[in-house]
Amino acid sequence: MDDMMSQFLEVFFEESFEGLDVMETALLELDSGDADLETINTIFRAAHSIKGGSATFGLGEVSEFTHLVETLLDEMRDGSRPVTAEAVNLLLQSVDCLREMLNASRDGGEPDRQRIEQLGRELHMLRDGDGGDGAGIPREEGETTAGEGEGCGWRIQFRPHANLFQTGNDPVRILRELADLGEMEVTADLSALPEFALMDPESSYCAWQITLRGPASREQIGEIFAWVEDDCDLGIEPLAAEVDEPEAAGVDQEGVEAEKSPPAIESPTDTEPAGSGTTPAAKPATRRARAGGEASSIRVGIDKVDDIINLVGELVITQSMLGQVGDRLEEGEEADSLLEKLFAGLAQLERNTRELQESVMRIRMLPISFVFNRFPRMVHDLSNKLGKQVELILSGDKTELDKTVMEKIGDPLVHLVRNAIDHGIEMPEERERAGKSPVGRVELNAYHKGGNIIIEISDDGKGLDAGKLLAKAWEKGLLPEGETLPDEKAYELIFHPGFSTAEEVSDVSGRGVGMDVVRKNINSLGGAVEIESQPGKGTRLTIRLPLTLSILDGQLVRVGEQTYVLPLTAIIESLEIDRRNVKAISGQMELYRLRDEFIPIIRLYELFGIEPDNTRLDEGLLVIVEGDGQHLGLLVDDLMAQQQVVIKSLEVNFKKVEGFSGATILGDGTVALILDISGLIKLARARAASMPGEAA
Amino acid sequence: MNAPQPIHHDMLLEFTGGEDDGAREQYLSFLLGDEEYAVDILKVQEIKGWSGVTPIPNCADYVKGVINLRGTIVPVVDLRLRFGLPASEYGPLTVVIVLRIVGGGRERIMGVVVDAVADVHNLPVEELKPPPTFGASVDTEYLRGLATVEERMLILLDIDRLLSSGELAVGDEGGG
Repeated sequence: MDDMMSQFLEVFFEESFEGLDVMETALLELDSGDADLETINTIFRAAHSIKGGSATFGLGEVSEFTHLVETLLDEMRDGSRPVTAEAVNLLLQSVDCLREMLNASRDGGEPDRQRIEQLGRELHMLRDGDGGDGAGIPREEGETTAGEGEGCGWRIQFRPHANLFQTGNDPVRILRELADLGEMEVTADLSALPEFALMDPESSYCAWQITLRGPASREQIGEIFAWVEDDCDLGIEPLAAEVDEPEAAGVDQEGVEAEKSPPAIESPTDTEPAGSGTTPAAKPATRRARAGGEASSIRVGIDKVDDIINLVGELVITQSMLGQVGDRLEEGEEADSLLEKLFAGLAQLERNTRELQESVMRIRMLPISFVFNRFPRMVHDLSNKLGKQVELILSGDKTELDKTVMEKIGDPLVHLVRNAIDHGIEMPEERERAGKSPVGRVELNAYHKGGNIIIEISDDGKGLDAGKLLAKAWEKGLLPEGETLPDEKAYELIFHPGFSTAEEVSDVSGRGVGMDVVRKNINSLGGAVEIESQPGKGTRLTIRLPLTLSILDGQLVRVGEQTYVLPLTAIIESLEIDRRNVKAISGQMELYRLRDEFIPIIRLYELFGIEPDNTRLDEGLLVIVEGDGQHLGLLVDDLMAQQQVVIKSLEVNFKKVEGFSGATILGDGTVALILDISGLIKLARARAASMPGEAA
Repeated sequence: MNAPQPIHHDMLLEFTGGEDDGAREQYLSFLLGDEEYAVDILKVQEIKGWSGVTPIPNCADYVKGVINLRGTIVPVVDLRLRFGLPASEYGPLTVVIVLRIVGGGRERIMGVVVDAVADVHNLPVEELKPPPTFGASVDTEYLRGLATVEERMLILLDIDRLLSSGELAVGDEGGG
């Protein structure tokens, strides 16, 4: 059962996290004022399925907490409660809290109980607040019966003694009667269940945790249990009090019973060090879920799968067609007449293969909304915190990109958006003085261009101040005092390590380890980032990323007998070397003067220790590449084809080799190594340091 | 004829090659110069002819390079060079033994270049002798033992350890 359970549990977690995302998005819509019934319904539905799921899996804490949230939402839904900013904020916090609780149950950690209690109390206060009495008697729409804790419902611990059946009682009947009293949720606790062989069919082993919502009174419930009172351990508490102090209440009511009763799935969390939970198998199951992490599965639209099935069907047809050609050749049919068929078949095969490849790649593609979705919340929190008014505009959020790229681009984007709000957008008054709307705009836009995805982050804030950047660069010694740069070059300074322009360091941004890391992350994905800015008008950052990490547009280059692949994105230009433009520095390093820039030359054959066609600079070609923000000239013997290559890891069976990002297999089946520009720079530096004076 | 034969106990014994005293291990032996080495046959994935490699710059000389093994990039190690023996010309008999190496907590596929594959030996466990502390051209750390087959000495390699050492180490582990 545990294997099955853990499998379903994973699905439950996945769906719950999705549900929470949905809630968050919808709550933010509520926040901006255009609350319609459908939005509230969406939130309610998501909360409801999380509650149901968590109760099924015995995550009592989660289901109780969600229940509170759900009750609030229910009231908003039927119009008996206005949608206030306060409530929405509280609900947003509850979403965070639930996320944390779910994370904790999945990874076997401890949720922040204090926070849960605190939020639970706030939720209660909010609900009771407009009930007026505030004494733990929540107002319920419609009828209200007398007695403590009514209205909201009851939490019932029902643990029959083993001899229950012998007294002629049937727990099912009791549960059924309870269900008549209102909306009911039952969690069965099977922890007392013995092994099958040891089971006595006439004994009762199950226990139930029942959450009953509705206007039922304690008497009504008592009546149902009247016949079995002496044959079971029974705990009946009003729901509200229970959630206020979940742990204390549980222990008070049930005493020792409570220790046995935590449902199987929670036991690993509770008994982590001892590891001797009631069901030993539960522990490894939870562990496995943790190891799998969030990257363990991916949801694929059925249309994408159908696409692939169709393509495979076509592939099979092509194969049989080619097979026929082969057979007829074997039978001695005239080759000439078959040649045409063969070529047609091969062309079809090529098309099938390409389409199949694209379709398979598309499985890994997700809309960028997965990343974008977190921004409304972030902008909401951040602008509140900074006292700025910010409007976030998302466009192109259906643009798809590879899951791996997506996971890696999230953090850099967060950083850039934070920067835009913190540094870019001015305070409302300042904006008004500058004749702009007090509400700043931050725009996120994504679209495909060629084989790349472009993500733009723009704001209409104050823009970058080139003068200030230069002053800072002088002060930090990044630039010789007094030397100026054209504006575009000055903007690039923000990508320099240890460069932060925030006048005072806030906890939002400005720790000085920002933009350089952002650029490095983006570069490591094979992408690039550019910045444009206009003083007073705003700043726009453009990120260019490859759609996928497993295929690369490559330029094949030849050095001696070896073929290497250069990522096309890294290449700026290729040229024949004009000897007059080559300058040597202290006999060690060669520089090539290209327009107004001196570019260091790396002789690949020398770096790799291979025999080249020739060692004369003007016989080879210089490929100007960019990496780590600097330019580099690679001396190669020849440029060959440009083609897409599938990236294969060297690390799987070998190890990371400096200077190479991986390998690929060429059309003839041989392996070619893929050059990594920043690795080459390191390699060349190390080489220059270890053997001074030899490189001339 | 068509009905499946019930499997008898003595048949099973035949299959496992056990006569009466069980424990035997199978080794694949190969030649390096005049010496005959052997590796646990269960480590061997396949044997293929030498067909050139793509060299990896700036690696130890015994790492000949990488090959494409049905879409997987597999490094190839020259065992002669790894053991410090004189290099030899690769000829038609030169083969690459593709091995599954466990080291540093994961399994890797690697090829080793040897002069020729010699034989498969079925060795009783008790005939394995501990390696000498000196004398072989191989660091005794990488030896599992010695065995005598028809008056010839067989050097049994601890291939996992050998191919997880030095340049081939996984991350920080397995060095030495």
